[in-house]
Amino acid sequence: MQPLALSCFCLATSLGVGREATVAALRAGTSGLKPCTLEYAPLPTYVGEVPGLDDARLSGDLAAFDCRNNRLAAIALRQDGFPDAVAAARDRYGAERIGVVLGTSTSGLLQTETAYRRRDRASGALPADFDYARTHNTYSIGDFVRSCLAVAGPAFVVSSACATTAKVFGSAQRMIAAGLCDAAIVGGADTLCATTLYGFRSLNVMSEEPCRPFDAERSGISIGEAAGFALLERPAAGEDGVLLLGVGESSDAYHMSSPHPEGVGARLAMERALGAAGLDPGDVDYVNLHGTATLVGDAAEDRAVSELFGSATPCSSTKGYTGHTLGASGIVEAVFSALAILHGMVPGSPHTRTVDPGFRSRYVLETETARTDRAMSNSFGFGGANCSLLFGRAG
Amino acid sequence: MRVYVEGIGLCGPGLNGWAASRPVLAGAASYLPAPTVVLPSPLLPPNERRRSVETVRLALAVGREAFAMAGREAAATASVFASSGGDGATIHEILEDLATRGGEMSPTRFHNSVHNAPAGYWTIATGSRAPSSSLCCHDASFAAGLLEAAAQATVDDRAVALIAYDLRYPEPLNRARPIGAVFGMALVLTPGLTGASLARLELELRRSASGASVMAVAALEQLRRGTPAARSLPLLAGLARGVPRVLVLDYLPGLEIGLSLEPLLLPAAADPARDVMAGAK
Repeated sequence: MQPLALSCFCLATSLGVGREATVAALRAGTSGLKPCTLEYAPLPTYVGEVPGLDDARLSGDLAAFDCRNNRLAAIALRQDGFPDAVAAARDRYGAERIGVVLGTSTSGLLQTETAYRRRDRASGALPADFDYARTHNTYSIGDFVRSCLAVAGPAFVVSSACATTAKVFGSAQRMIAAGLCDAAIVGGADTLCATTLYGFRSLNVMSEEPCRPFDAERSGISIGEAAGFALLERPAAGEDGVLLLGVGESSDAYHMSSPHPEGVGARLAMERALGAAGLDPGDVDYVNLHGTATLVGDAAEDRAVSELFGSATPCSSTKGYTGHTLGASGIVEAVFSALAILHGMVPGSPHTRTVDPGFRSRYVLETETARTDRAMSNSFGFGGANCSLLFGRAG
Repeated sequence: MRVYVEGIGLCGPGLNGWAASRPVLAGAASYLPAPTVVLPSPLLPPNERRRSVETVRLALAVGREAFAMAGREAAATASVFASSGGDGATIHEILEDLATRGGEMSPTRFHNSVHNAPAGYWTIATGSRAPSSSLCCHDASFAAGLLEAAAQATVDDRAVALIAYDLRYPEPLNRARPIGAVFGMALVLTPGLTGASLARLELELRRSASGASVMAVAALEQLRRGTPAARSLPLLAGLARGVPRVLVLDYLPGLEIGLSLEPLLLPAAADPARDVMAGAK
């Protein structure tokens, strides 16, 4: 594929809002995970919560979109010069030539959970203030971001579980290549809600301690929330920054909620990303793993990664920093990979103490300073949806 | 973007499969609305078949029909799933349990609640390790899916299945988001002409100008307006008639898809006087 520039990107996670706070936390090895105190889900677990969302109500023209997911999206969108970068792109290309391809897995579901508790006792009806299209529907965030940033190109929202905000890079790349738009806003958001907390608990994959990816004593995931966005466009000659070099997508064809134990689909996704970029495994300096800290998932990914890259390529899961941000993990870890390239570092893995002795990949525990020219980011989800992204230094 | 149609699947109210529905859509037979019949898919093993949710059954039924018509291996074909709401019954059951019974949840219900559950079951049932995307664009979900599928076919130069489906929500969500009917459709698209090509489609994304093509038969037009996946009806009717057509599909406010349809193998099968397509340009 033709490389595309990430001409601007931004995020908000439990590590903080914006890139500066994120880089500081990645360098220091600070985790955003805290004991769960959510009143609607009193569970013995840790969560990566973004503070202040309860008071960040959307108002004015955007009031109808008000829900936790769009609040978090709004906060992320304001960071790191993103509105100005989109305004400049609008001047360059026109609003109708800027596409919006976002992802979410649960959209504004917390809003609907609350609405179900507020149903009319007699009729069972949802409260009159419940706005399905602008909060519950999966497309809500797409409509919201289009409205916030005054762009009018083609748009949709991908919802392929935890691979979704990685897969948006593939869809946006195709849209630009097909001439449907000249630039695209990719990314998305997922926020804490009872459905995912109780859902992952029902699968017995939720840890009672902060998650410990790739650890010999790992005991499951910690759930987090996050939003992130990137502006993708054709690179300008001679400009510094980060490029999207390749996207690889695959399906496991194995099980709805459990990964292929030999990592077959994961390996295919990584190979396809390398193939799209015309690169070899030896060209990659860092792999940001999916690494959610489940017994089976981490073992399958270690197998796929070590078979493809050997035991020398540094890799780490950053879920110990943020928790598993589910549908947002693709964009969060794409941004972490981009930051690894820009800031010359390989992020470590807070909470992981002893790497599983059966694993063969080179797992990084403490953040290292190292020139990183190319970084791969893995995202795998329910339904066997896999996506690997490959980023590189421009120039 | 130019793509070729190799296979078609359809399951809607009074529309029991493409073969049976083609005369209706071509205007050669009357449309008799009746509840949509969705049968469990033989693609699933018996235990999965029994507990499969309706979105999965619907998506698998139309996908299977389209691939049978195309004579193509689903295992090697990428897929795009487009739906406005996913499995509303599953979401409703989860929400009701959370509101009334605390947090106990069935793990199967939880994995069925994800928007890409039909894609997951499809790739498992067909043994496909090809890429698969599941997307949503509220009322414009079909048009968005068509754009994504056509972009995959032309940019990645490979065959792609587009599977679009929508179901009604149970109450109380139904009142907040009424969906007209249970409706699913599938197209197998290729980037180039093949021995099985039925029609050529030229797609153009453009600023809204002329308004979407509508169905002349009132009950079909009601279906088109009320069910996001049924926004595909003008295209299906065009394919059914088997004569060259210029169509407009509605997309997001301010945008539309201009669609030029050229039949290849399908013989013309209609009485022009009974055209179910109104305002076909």
